[in-house]
Amino acid sequence: MSKIKIKINNREYEVAPNLTILEACREAAIDIPTLCYMKEINAIGSCRICLVEVKNARSMPAACVQPISEGMEIFTNTPAVQKSRKANLELILSDHNKDCLSCIRNQTCELQKMSADLGVSDENRFKGKMNEFELEDNHSSIVRDNSKCIRCRRCIAACAELQEISVIGAINRGFDTSVGCAFEAGLKDVPCIACGQCIVACPVGALYEKDETEAVFKALADPDIHVAVCAAPSIRVTLGECFGGKPGEFVEGKLAAVLKRLGFDGVYDMDFTADLTVMEEAKELVERLTKNGKLSDGKLSDEKIPDEKISDGPLPLITSCSPGWVKYCEHYFPEFIANLSTCKSPQQMFGAIYKTHFAKKLGLDPKNIFFVSVIPCTAKKFEATREGQSAVGDGIRDVDAAITTRELARMIKKYGINFDKLPDEKFDSLIETGTGAGVIFGTSGGVMEASLRTAAYLLGGHLLGGSSADKIDFEEVRGDEGIKKASYQIGDKTINVAVASGTANAKKLLNSIKSGETNVDFVEIMACPGGCVNGGGQPVQPIRVRNFENLWERRAESLYKDDQNKEIRKSHESPLIKAVYEEFLGEPGSPIAHQILHTHYAPRGKDIKV
Amino acid sequence: MKKIKTTAGFMGTSEQKEKLIAMIAEHKDIKGSIMPILQKAQEIYGYLPLEVQQIISDETGVSMSEIYGIVTFYSQFVLNPKGEIAISVCMGTACYVKGAKDILDRISANIGIKPGETSKDGRYSLDATRCIGACGLAPVFLVNEDVYGRIEKPEDVDDILKKYTES
Repeated sequence: MSKIKIKINNREYEVAPNLTILEACREAAIDIPTLCYMKEINAIGSCRICLVEVKNARSMPAACVQPISEGMEIFTNTPAVQKSRKANLELILSDHNKDCLSCIRNQTCELQKMSADLGVSDENRFKGKMNEFELEDNHSSIVRDNSKCIRCRRCIAACAELQEISVIGAINRGFDTSVGCAFEAGLKDVPCIACGQCIVACPVGALYEKDETEAVFKALADPDIHVAVCAAPSIRVTLGECFGGKPGEFVEGKLAAVLKRLGFDGVYDMDFTADLTVMEEAKELVERLTKNGKLSDGKLSDEKIPDEKISDGPLPLITSCSPGWVKYCEHYFPEFIANLSTCKSPQQMFGAIYKTHFAKKLGLDPKNIFFVSVIPCTAKKFEATREGQSAVGDGIRDVDAAITTRELARMIKKYGINFDKLPDEKFDSLIETGTGAGVIFGTSGGVMEASLRTAAYLLGGHLLGGSSADKIDFEEVRGDEGIKKASYQIGDKTINVAVASGTANAKKLLNSIKSGETNVDFVEIMACPGGCVNGGGQPVQPIRVRNFENLWERRAESLYKDDQNKEIRKSHESPLIKAVYEEFLGEPGSPIAHQILHTHYAPRGKDIKV
Repeated sequence: MKKIKTTAGFMGTSEQKEKLIAMIAEHKDIKGSIMPILQKAQEIYGYLPLEVQQIISDETGVSMSEIYGIVTFYSQFVLNPKGEIAISVCMGTACYVKGAKDILDRISANIGIKPGETSKDGRYSLDATRCIGACGLAPVFLVNEDVYGRIEKPEDVDDILKKYTES
């Protein structure tokens, strides 16, 4: 495409013709401030912060939506532009609850930073009537404080465009406009999946996770309680961002070190139960393939596939480690509930096996154990409270508190630990640290790949034409596409797999499975685009970073690198996994494994409760 | 102005539902048809309660939050039906300075619903309206088609309302 000539601040540039003013200026190293704009999903030009002057134009266009044209002369920083931006910002501030000091987004708020950058000198310049809202904090995972909301609609775009769920929207008109659910129902009364993508889209403190750090601090302070913690795979590539690190920086050693300094009695790596999930899920896959006639040609060795306890579920088997996805399935695709793997997620498996097997080994009463998980996900908070997530029974939850990456960062800051100065340490060893297979659970395609590594083994090398029980890298299911598909050979049969991330892609994939257009045997779905590395509980990056950098690709690369570096990269080869099956569980899919590590699901309907 | 959520009980008939679904089927494949669908749905039911919006959402695939957003944005859509006895109090300038607010409050207390609401049984509805052009009679209120003007004191509304409540 031929380039066109434009002028920005009197300097000439040659740029691609199909850009907006905002994009063209960025290529010229000029950052125009934005509030409402989200690349591809929310270009609505409504906040009026990105105004620029264009020669001979009637008024100041919004740079985020105005396309450039040949010979256009743009001025990004004239006194008139500065004055307009500042006035618009002050008008936004006039209906914004400015209790910044006690706000959860203090120092990470985009509105606060912009006020500083644009030189707001009187935040009460347009003081007048303000909307009044009640704090909404009865949802399992998400708190809404509309007194902070600036109606930029980024959360609405995340919910409607990114996830295609759309349980929130703009209500009423003019000054009365607010963001909420239909009929002003609470978030808990609509089919919200708790993914938290609205939270990481919010520029201010209007949406945030339900804080559970107080409960953790309280447990840590109680000498009679054994407080154990496990950190999910993706935390090691995102926690650093809360302390000034680059997206994707690998901080596993500091993560282990900091959890120990916070005073946890046991500091573990969730890789272990990611591996355990692989064992159970790969077994479930092999059982379902057998049951559904996919493996009936006798080409598989008998010892590898026992015919008892065959799982009744249909194909395709669909992964269940993403609680946002599971809730989505229960609300929107109840016809696929039978396809969901009955395996608990790694978070729940850890709590479950810790409070049963390891409690016995450590001589602990499960009643006195407080089990904490550090997760990238707000839906995990919901999952921890679900029915069927108590291996011990007696109302003792598998997981007592699920805290996000952001909450952990807040705990560290409160404790006054200098994260940068921490040495690299190792997680406590229940025997051995996790495998590479466990690590890549944190990204879209990772659960599929980890399961295939072990399924290949369980199938005795018949996967991939009979010679590749050792296959490790399943490149086909990696990468940043929303839906990925691949086929693998088993004997003379083909096993088809698919991976989807983000519920918009999940919807597309499920509909094409339903229509018969896609024929698959094994499906991995994660609720968040890109998987856990881009979860709703991850560090919030300002929109100028989000719009122009693929955050989750950076973070995922870091996980794949760690997988490459691990000595053990297959779940079934982990000494810890071997030991727990030997000492406790017997074999994958055994009755005891089912009792402790598996769960059930139920349809939830789509209706709004008012 | 904020819309008052539906207060009347839903009394839709199966004929209305059939009509609604047939109407949606006719329109739903046309781009941007949600506005005419909502308008016609309101013609069928007289208002757009949750139950009706839910059917529209299910049939068109447009999310509830978007439909509700449209309904609360445009003043032509209402969330409450008119009551059998529909009372409107003029809040135009002339009526307002002559005490329309007190009259509105008196009626509200009398029939037990707030402005913008409809009683659960669908019998009464109460609205605060803009100038109805009868400033010479200020303060004015309407009960269905009947006009009552020059109300001297709020208590006077009691006798007027009695005519309707006792019939």
